[in-house]
Amino acid sequence: MVANKSQRRIANSVRGMTVAMTLLLTTVALPLRAQSDLSGSWLLQEDEDVMERIAGPVADDFTGIPLNDSGRALGLSYSPSSLSEPERICRQEPLFSNAIGPWNLNIWPQVNPATRQVVAWHLSGTESHSEMTIWMDGRPQPSKDALHLRGGFTTGTWKGDMLIAQSTHLEAGILRRSGAFSSDKTTMTTTFIPHGDLLAAAYIINDPIYLTEPYPYTVTYVRTDRPVGRDWDLCIVGYEGVDEGQVPFYLPGKNPLVGQMKKIYNIPEEASLGGAQTMYPAFRDKLKAQYLKLYSTFPKKCTLYCTTSFGPPPPRKGSGKGSGN
Amino acid sequence: MTRRFILSSTARIALVLFVSLAAQTAVQAQGRGRPSGPPPTARAAAPIDLTGYWVSVVTMDWNYRMVTPRPGDYEDVPLNAAGIKVMDAWDPAKDEAAGEQCKSYGAPAIMRVPEHLHITWQGDQVMKMETDAGEQTRLFHFVKSDAVQGPRTWQGYSLAEWQIQHRGIDTGGGRPARPGAPVWGNLKVTTTDFKAGYLRKNGIPYSDHAQLVEYYDLLQEGTGYQMLLVTSSVTDPVYLTKTFIVNSNFKRLSSAAGWEPSACSARW
Repeated sequence: MVANKSQRRIANSVRGMTVAMTLLLTTVALPLRAQSDLSGSWLLQEDEDVMERIAGPVADDFTGIPLNDSGRALGLSYSPSSLSEPERICRQEPLFSNAIGPWNLNIWPQVNPATRQVVAWHLSGTESHSEMTIWMDGRPQPSKDALHLRGGFTTGTWKGDMLIAQSTHLEAGILRRSGAFSSDKTTMTTTFIPHGDLLAAAYIINDPIYLTEPYPYTVTYVRTDRPVGRDWDLCIVGYEGVDEGQVPFYLPGKNPLVGQMKKIYNIPEEASLGGAQTMYPAFRDKLKAQYLKLYSTFPKKCTLYCTTSFGPPPPRKGSGKGSGN
Repeated sequence: MTRRFILSSTARIALVLFVSLAAQTAVQAQGRGRPSGPPPTARAAAPIDLTGYWVSVVTMDWNYRMVTPRPGDYEDVPLNAAGIKVMDAWDPAKDEAAGEQCKSYGAPAIMRVPEHLHITWQGDQVMKMETDAGEQTRLFHFVKSDAVQGPRTWQGYSLAEWQIQHRGIDTGGGRPARPGAPVWGNLKVTTTDFKAGYLRKNGIPYSDHAQLVEYYDLLQEGTGYQMLLVTSSVTDPVYLTKTFIVNSNFKRLSSAAGWEPSACSARW
């Protein structure tokens, strides 16, 4: 009887060890169910669309956005002063603004301590921006009537080393700071593609309300060992100077900012006001004759929005001083 | 009795360890193991299908790509002083006179040109990419040839490799891919030995010392929209202060509709 008790004790402890060893081996073999490790700090590469990401686009620049008539009308009614209203102060910071803003990226996993599985990936550009939380645990979609938040609801899957994130339940917000907006019916697919120290994030926006077809947009980052700053124009709801009851906007045909693209870049309204046709090569045929006729009259030196730094063009031998930025 | 029990239990633990390790090894070896014999050709080993017709979708840098940029505008490009000097001397008439209208259609620039692509296989080890704009042809060699040379061309010499991700395709919900699941991957292309040219139509230069590294990724969106994303890194010790990295998007087409070959132009 005593011997049996002792054997049972030993048997129990052996069984426990066996289970523990098996669990240990499983977790060592598959430490995280991430296909590639995206975690860390990523520096934005500012080699394309810098006007969009940093200085801000020209006021009537809707080129290359597949806007429908409603989207275009909304864009032309937009006054940047509306951002001073408490209700609209964060309107420029929806989830998509991570793509079109000047921000670096922090990415970190949320790991279940018991299973060591990645439950979610978190992505954030700044403190004021909604974090993108990509749920990897197969949780169900919220009800279609659930509240739409700036951060939306996002689930992720892996395809090889690519992390594919599907976002729904988004708030309406900007597509471009010139005033192109997406509706709260928008869905967004974001594919994160690592190539060594490069990370491309490819966004495809679908909006049945303001767009006629998918709108792709891409941004590239380079991995850095240093932490990247997150303090940037905090989006705090508060009084910003617009009287209660006032909604800054422009009536149809009364937007004084229309014509800037023509003035600065010689881009006619047919192109600057966007639409799906402006995304494709065939559209160039429509512009060619008109554009080239005027091209010979362009100043020989660019005088506005010409350099990477937005500063005045550097002095050039024999050409005098730069006359603008 | 107790000793025998402990010994048999130890054996059981050893057996569990052995089985677990063997299982891990089998899982990790999935996709890596190949049957004996010659390696598959690049065509047979392709983890993604890039062949077919594609059209540029220009949603970024529109006024530098869809129209000829203003003279002296090099926004976004990390040009150094030598590069600015060359850009300032840009003269399309001079390029035309020299028969160099294709300077803005070279390998480092061609994917930014609004265009259609036609991608096919030329044999089993070379992928061919043709463009309607500028009527350029790029050849991606999967087997390095020692006898590359001859005069430099606008498209240079491209060495290609599939980057195969054996971990496969997730079945959703964050679950890891099952062993034996289809593989996925991308194409990496390194291009050198091209003639000096322009990154943009308005004379922003790259030198013949530049190197181009590209990644071709295939993206699928829920509605069936298939996109080719080309991430290009241009390194040029002569005219750039840092690596110039841009992305170019293409939409898959089901036919050759819209394919309109046009000669290089120094002005448009």
